Amino acid sequence: MSQAARAGAVVDRRVRKPWPETWVAAAFIAPAALVIVAVVLVPLARAAWMSLFDISLVRPGDEPFVGLGNYIEQLTSGDFWAATFRALWFTVISTALELILGLGLALLMDQPLRFRWLLRTLVILPWALPTIVNALMWRWIDNAEYGALNALLTQLGILHSYQVWLSNSDLAMWMVILADVWKMTPLVAILLLAALQSVSPELVEAAKVDGATTVQAFRHVLLPLIVPVVLIVLVLRTMEAFKVFDIVWIMTGGGPANATQTIAIYAYQTAYQGYDFGRGAALGYLIALVIMVLAAIYLRLLGRVGRD
Amino acid sequence: MADTTARAGGLRGGAGRLPGAGSAHHRPSLATRVRRLGRGTFLYGAMVIALAVILAPFAWLLISSVAAPVDLLARPLQWIPAHIELDRYVNLTVGSTLDDSAVSFRAALVNSSIIASSVTILSMIVGTLAAYAFARLHFPGRSWLILAFMATYMLPPIALILPLYQIMSALHLRDTPLALIIIYASFVTPFVIWIMRGYIETISSELDDAARVDGCSRLGVLVRVIVPVSAPGLVSTGLLAFLMAWDEFLYALIITQTNASKTLPVAINDFIGRHGVDFGLLATGGVIAALPPVIIAFVFQRYIVAGLTAGSVKG
Amino acid sequence: MRSSRGRGVLALLAVATLLGACSGAGTQASPGTGNVTLRALFMKQAAYSEADVKAMTDSFTAANPNIKVTTDFVGYDALHDKIITDQIGGGGTYDLFLMDTPWPAEFVKAGIVTDITDKIPADVKSGVFDSAWTAATYQGKIYGVPWINDTKFFFYNKKMFADAGITSAPKTWDDVVADAQAIKAKGIVQYPIVWSWKQAEAVICDWTELAGAMGGANFIDAQGNATFNTGGGLAALEFMKKTIDLGLTNPASLGLLEDDVNKTMSAGQAAMALNWTYGYAVMNDPQNSTVAGQIAVTSAPGQGSTTTAGVNGGMSIAVSKTSKNPDAALQYALWVASEKSQEMDTANAFPMWKASFDKPDVTKANPEYFAAAKNEFENLVARPVVPYYTKLSNALQVAIQTALQGKQTPQQALDGVAAQLPDLQK
Repeated sequence: MSQAARAGAVVDRRVRKPWPETWVAAAFIAPAALVIVAVVLVPLARAAWMSLFDISLVRPGDEPFVGLGNYIEQLTSGDFWAATFRALWFTVISTALELILGLGLALLMDQPLRFRWLLRTLVILPWALPTIVNALMWRWIDNAEYGALNALLTQLGILHSYQVWLSNSDLAMWMVILADVWKMTPLVAILLLAALQSVSPELVEAAKVDGATTVQAFRHVLLPLIVPVVLIVLVLRTMEAFKVFDIVWIMTGGGPANATQTIAIYAYQTAYQGYDFGRGAALGYLIALVIMVLAAIYLRLLGRVGRD
Repeated sequence: MADTTARAGGLRGGAGRLPGAGSAHHRPSLATRVRRLGRGTFLYGAMVIALAVILAPFAWLLISSVAAPVDLLARPLQWIPAHIELDRYVNLTVGSTLDDSAVSFRAALVNSSIIASSVTILSMIVGTLAAYAFARLHFPGRSWLILAFMATYMLPPIALILPLYQIMSALHLRDTPLALIIIYASFVTPFVIWIMRGYIETISSELDDAARVDGCSRLGVLVRVIVPVSAPGLVSTGLLAFLMAWDEFLYALIITQTNASKTLPVAINDFIGRHGVDFGLLATGGVIAALPPVIIAFVFQRYIVAGLTAGSVKG
Repeated sequence: MRSSRGRGVLALLAVATLLGACSGAGTQASPGTGNVTLRALFMKQAAYSEADVKAMTDSFTAANPNIKVTTDFVGYDALHDKIITDQIGGGGTYDLFLMDTPWPAEFVKAGIVTDITDKIPADVKSGVFDSAWTAATYQGKIYGVPWINDTKFFFYNKKMFADAGITSAPKTWDDVVADAQAIKAKGIVQYPIVWSWKQAEAVICDWTELAGAMGGANFIDAQGNATFNTGGGLAALEFMKKTIDLGLTNPASLGLLEDDVNKTMSAGQAAMALNWTYGYAVMNDPQNSTVAGQIAVTSAPGQGSTTTAGVNGGMSIAVSKTSKNPDAALQYALWVASEKSQEMDTANAFPMWKASFDKPDVTKANPEYFAAAKNEFENLVARPVVPYYTKLSNALQVAIQTALQGKQTPQQALDGVAAQLPDLQK
């Protein structure tokens, strides 16, 4: 760091007149652009091209051009919309829960409590567990016959008899959401904690001296200041959640009877397991489109709040 | 990074931030003390609940990893296993080199560490540079460009992996950790930019201006002013970057072939058989895989505590 | 979350190659003289384990010092992906790979496996169960050397049966229902039967096995028309639904895989189940089971004129199209599939050689199981061998679960898939 700082100073002395801001920006962004674009550009273009053809692995050499046919086919398919709404449901519920619980956790970790270092260290545990292990762990916990969930709830007297969780169409999605929220809330909490840490404590205290209650101080002082980070986390989690695959795939395989078949599972099954790669690429772009629309809505709604 | 004394001072400042401590010159009224007691009870209660919810599933994983499989099938369930078996940990870490799964797992532990660390360092450096530009500098196409960076990630990886595989094959990078470092950096970097831009935006630009007046270049401002002030953000973003690379599965599954580059999720996935899952072994692998990030979090968690001088931030 | 797994992914790799770069069509070098190196792709599993494969390979290289063999092992989930990537996307590093029963049609269409019909010695052809060859055959041509023979057997808890006053193993699926009712009536266990009916290939395996007993599992006729919505397929699904309605089947079955079935039986929470060969060892292992020693096994029940029927779950070793030494590769495949190699480990897998079942020193470990197995291996039924198999399987999984949840009748659900069939075949 200090070497870099010295290098900065050297540059400063050599260049008398500051560079135009656009050039500086270009220099700052160039390394990142190289890292991102060099790797992603070709695959992106390739996928876009493939989405215009009817391609199947088991029909090598016969790949007619279909234009936007793959897109139109998906947009007029009931299965596509059903899977999209399932993914939206998963996204809205899990993201909302993660944000609420994550904010609560962040506020708690921000308090001057004894042993908070313990919480701050252990909070990362769920997040550090590989997704595969997390999904299998929850399938293990949710098992109807020998799972820990039934055992716990029965021993606490909350349930009278063992329940079926993942095999029930009405509950399966909730169980997947539970597993996802458990794993991802720490991420939200840590990012929000970092934001809270950059707010000066004096601001909150000043508000309290002015007679604000804790809730009022949070609502009117703290929250507006961390809105930019809340927004960022929201977009981040939405992008991830909408594409959810692994955790669902391992816990339920999209079942029972497609009750947890999210859009990524649908894309995988209809396109990839069926070897229809044109459709697969088109679905990939449709998923990206939905995410962009969601992100745009957030930025519009919350960006306004943040600017206040 | 800020020097140690400043950080220590900041820590002490944070710890001294007890409710109402600033104005406690005279003995607080009974009502205040009752309120404070209630608040403390609530906060510590919340902490206990939070820890319980975080730890309970993990504890069960831990128990599953040391219990005899038969003990886990009992009804009513025995929470504490009758006897503890550490065989699986021994096998996976220091056991015989004849056990191929164990050899593969140990190689994967090394590979994952190398890959995740490299990706974190690379992405944090290039990402923070770009984030600063997006947060502070004015240039044409700014908002468009950051969205373009983010958009690269909106496409599901399943649609990109085939061409990536071909590129890596053409470059003779298949089955090497370098291939994964390059691929991971390409999707971790946009996130670093996205998050760090947000943190930098919460920092008052008056700090920049002051440093500029003092003759700092833009790079100087970033390194001397922004980086120290945004330490909590940097550490949490770094943690995010590390874990994204640590947990990635699909690309690794496809790019890797042998122990030369297999990562932990791939090695753990190999424990899943055609018709059966050895859950005890899987739990053991999971616990071990979760440890390095937790240790890193433990080492760095105090940096997330604001080691900042008051007034250096927005407002 | 970000990641996802799937065989399709790698198939995608394959397609890009078809679109652009060329696949590495290996020159077919002549084997025999000189040193040859082979690379084979296996999977990690109980039988045959890595140690078993290494022992088989060592004996091969000892007998053929001019051939070196490298073996790689991947999890089952990654196996299909690795094959496709390697063969089409990657130019073909593997000379041999393991091929599961539903894959040959697709692999043949994709052009990645070698036709070895004329190269199989006559004694191998006749010595191995016919059903094992079916699992490696597409449109009359053989594309793999059978290596693992497997099917789902009927497991039951002897003690629970005795407690319910049942003295013999069920011979028909009607017997199963009667026995389950008796066990339930005695309050021995709440749900006597457990199945692997998760939305996955597992549910298709159970359904196929039942269909085989209940009028045949000819799901698609020669003209490509659906026949699964009549006859055996329909009867099987109606039977499945009936066991749920009678409260005999554990409703959790709709989320369970084979491993969960083992554990439910091992936990003493079920009296009977179908499972693969390895189930016997697992459920009777005191380390893994609370009912070790109580689990008995028999051939899967039949129905009417059918005495038994099992779903074909074998795997074979295919020689890749890109192999530069296909003859040496085939030689190796035949070696590890030989009677001698297969008899090395019979604890978790049965040999696929008919003669092995008549050798007392091979069968002595568990003569009853060998007898049951021989009986069932002679009566295996296959899942449809069509290139669009995975799509069909997915559609059937959903239809079956929909019917089992009572949202459609079995007839409606299967008719729905039949109506989709032309689209699936596209």
